Amino acid sequence: MSTAPSGPALSLRGAGMSFGDRVLWSGLDLELQPGEFLAVLGPNGAGKSTLLKAVLGQQPLSAGQLLIGGRLPGRGSDRVGYVPQQKSMDAATPLRARDLVALGIDGHRWGVRRRTADERQRIADALAAVGATGYADAPIGLLSGGEQQRVRIAQALATDPALLLCDEPLLSLDLRHQRAVADMIDRRRREHDTAVVFVTHEINPVLDLVDRVLYIAAGSYRIGPPGEVLSSETLSELYRTPVDVLTVRGRIVVVGTPDEPGGCHHHDLTPETAAQPGGGAAR
Amino acid sequence: MNGLFDFEDYGALLGLVHNSLIAAALLGVVGGLVGVFVQVRDMQFAVHGISELSFAGAAAALLLGGSVALGSVVGSVLAAALIGGLGVRARDRNSVIGVLMPFGLGLGVLFLALYEGRAANKFGLLTGQIVAVDTVRLGWLVGVSVVVLAGMAVIWRPLMFTSVDPEVAAARGVPAGLLSVAFTLLLGLAVSLAVQVVGALLVLSLLVTPAAAAFRVTASPVLAPVLSTVFAVVSAVGGILLALGGSIPISPFVTTISFAIYLVCRVISVRRRRAGWGKRGTEVVPAATPVPASIP
Repeated sequence: MSTAPSGPALSLRGAGMSFGDRVLWSGLDLELQPGEFLAVLGPNGAGKSTLLKAVLGQQPLSAGQLLIGGRLPGRGSDRVGYVPQQKSMDAATPLRARDLVALGIDGHRWGVRRRTADERQRIADALAAVGATGYADAPIGLLSGGEQQRVRIAQALATDPALLLCDEPLLSLDLRHQRAVADMIDRRRREHDTAVVFVTHEINPVLDLVDRVLYIAAGSYRIGPPGEVLSSETLSELYRTPVDVLTVRGRIVVVGTPDEPGGCHHHDLTPETAAQPGGGAAR
Repeated sequence: MNGLFDFEDYGALLGLVHNSLIAAALLGVVGGLVGVFVQVRDMQFAVHGISELSFAGAAAALLLGGSVALGSVVGSVLAAALIGGLGVRARDRNSVIGVLMPFGLGLGVLFLALYEGRAANKFGLLTGQIVAVDTVRLGWLVGVSVVVLAGMAVIWRPLMFTSVDPEVAAARGVPAGLLSVAFTLLLGLAVSLAVQVVGALLVLSLLVTPAAAAFRVTASPVLAPVLSTVFAVVSAVGGILLALGGSIPISPFVTTISFAIYLVCRVISVRRRRAGWGKRGTEVVPAATPVPASIP
């Protein structure tokens, strides 16, 4: 059960991140409420993943303050769940789906220990919640990418975190699995009040799920509801160059960002995926 | 061939190699367990590299009249420290090993050439020997084994986490760098044990083959190390028991048994995958609950 903390799950005040002269972002103010779904967008190298590293306590802020549930971030906190991008695991990995989830609970602990009945139950519950019970005992390396990603979500949620960080969790999944994984995360935050920070190149699979969008580009940022941030006016202002935001069959396409050759930003849509029928997010 | 097998005085011989059998069983346990991570972390080449430097260390000790066991431990740990310290990334690591390995082998050959003692001692360092384990050396082997086993027990779970799932392990605060150095040092100690029993050239047969075979037939994190250990013990002890009957060094027996086990496991694995290992009865995509058509 999620103990919903009073106050924001994540708060950033005047937060800045820079490496030498290079400013990724600065003056970032953000309060993420329990159960809120925030998508983080922006071109490659804008500092999206660095933001997650800061929340994970792996990269200190250059300026400002960051609090998780009112406390400073620490390394390896079980209040924070983390889902990385899908990378297929070696077929000969000596772990089953169940064991990967278990590592999310006690993988950081030293020495020999036996898992308690309560922990085994939590592992089974986490697998059931993502529909992975049917392959809980299958070798992790023999699962498909979509199945592995479900197991990773179960792993991240096994400690019942108040904050779930996802770094491109849909990358390299097909559209059907993208939708299934996105819905699973959505259901979790509605039922358990888990706040979600979802870093993505591709807004469309989660467009109808997100409450707010944080768009980081050119050392600055905009934050607000998707309709406000993903507009030609806002993004032109952010990039300081004319950018067009178009809606094609219910999907959003950003054209003219300066960082991509050809001007069409691949984080939103490429012509090939636009041509796929039925690929659009349900709106 | 008359010299290959002769089991006439087997009972008497068995008494003579009592210590060696204990040493081989220990080595099997250590090699089988450490081998699990050699496999998971893709460090087979490191094992080979460390064993050549361990050989150089043992050869130097032989030449100087010191303890061969100590020499091989020093060589191994030195190699492990160099590999762990200089090559953090896999590519760096492999090039460091590739540079160190021939140098170590060259040194070892030089020391053996200068050594004027029994030829069997020289040959034994490369291909293993069964009668070499006296009580003093057995004490060494037991001590080193205890250190390795205790170390592995402490780091096992976080090491598995950071090896198979580095990003999430880092997010959970697992110290990847510390674990990498600690494991490489334990690996060095394990290799030095193996060098003294099966010889430098064939260390891989006890630190790589048994785990590789076990991974073919199980993905259970408990059963994999158990099987790997059993395979390594059977290979090492079985190798000595067979070698007793003849004049051939033990290593061909050890390597043949471990290779045969690997082959059997491969065949089982192919059959199981054909029968659908890791497959599910039902297709479980998409999500169990229907997707809401619109979100307020």
